[in-house]
Amino acid sequence: MAKFAKKKEGDLPAVSTASLPDIVFMLLFFFMTVTTMKDSSLLVENTLPNATEIKKLEKKDRVIYIFVGKPTQEYQKVFGSEPRIQLNDKFANVDEVGSYILAERAKKPQELQNVLTTALKVDKNANMGLITDIKQELRKVNALKVNYTTYEGDAFNNLQ
Amino acid sequence: MPRRKGAPEVNAGSMADIAFLLLIFFLVTTTIETDAGLDRMLPPIEPPEEDVIIRQKNIFTVNINKNGQLLVEDELMNLKNLRTAAIGFLENNADGSCTYCKGKKDPASSDNPTKAIISLKNDRETKYSTYITVQNELVGAYNDLRNREAQRLYQRDFTDMESEYLNPETPSSVRDELKDKVKRIQDMFPQKLSEADTSTN
Repeated sequence: MAKFAKKKEGDLPAVSTASLPDIVFMLLFFFMTVTTMKDSSLLVENTLPNATEIKKLEKKDRVIYIFVGKPTQEYQKVFGSEPRIQLNDKFANVDEVGSYILAERAKKPQELQNVLTTALKVDKNANMGLITDIKQELRKVNALKVNYTTYEGDAFNNLQ
Repeated sequence: MPRRKGAPEVNAGSMADIAFLLLIFFLVTTTIETDAGLDRMLPPIEPPEEDVIIRQKNIFTVNINKNGQLLVEDELMNLKNLRTAAIGFLENNADGSCTYCKGKKDPASSDNPTKAIISLKNDRETKYSTYITVQNELVGAYNDLRNREAQRLYQRDFTDMESEYLNPETPSSVRDELKDKVKRIQDMFPQKLSEADTSTN
């Protein structure tokens, strides 16, 4: 009566790998969409300080970045080892900050121009003198919302 | 010679390998970074129309010198004690108008949280890291007080409520509800942190 031939015992069926490309492609598309290529390379040392009471910078399109720090090794011969300002891809002086902010603001869509934040990415070894000058420049162009970008961590680690 | 039966089928077996290669490339280059930091507002450059007279006892002065030492209310202070001192000043409640404060009601300190102002001054040679630590402690003092009141009124932390309110992914119905709560707590302890012009000497 054995109409259905029994499968051989102990013979594991091979796992089909036909859907493997699909899975991999799914992952691939995920990473392709979330990837953001770095748009400006750093010319300055940028080890941020730590802080605990931080807020996230939610929308990338509403942020203007200013980097401050000692020039990296390769630029120290030309620019010295005092902390400098980096705007986009080049070094700048304090008096260029205002026009940079205005130029960046003009590039943004009209409805975002009033809600922009200036993210100050400052190396923890910089002095406040330069930062104060930048803040003064920002006040002149009415860019009052600033964010001192930091890492999350115990703030007292900064003092060592 | 055998007759060809159309085009031969392309072997798709190596498709997975190619996809893996691309996947690994994007895995390596991806940086899912969200920047975070201390949000602050700078004072507008135009001076206010009329001079506001603020009594000296309502101002909590914090000076940082170039060696990173703190002078708080004309006394040298360790950075670790700054947060407690700031909290004590903010909710001192000398005139008794603040019903939720737990301060000492010292007549020589601030009248109530809405009048209390923290003034931060720094030297040009102060290190940025010290400045950020001080800022962090002062913002932390406000957040500690606000969290306490939010726990009492709504059984959750203020910082938690605020980040949910600011998160663009939160549905607007939840946001509207949070808005009033956040506003109410903020008004209980308004953040008045002034940064006067840096002293040069």
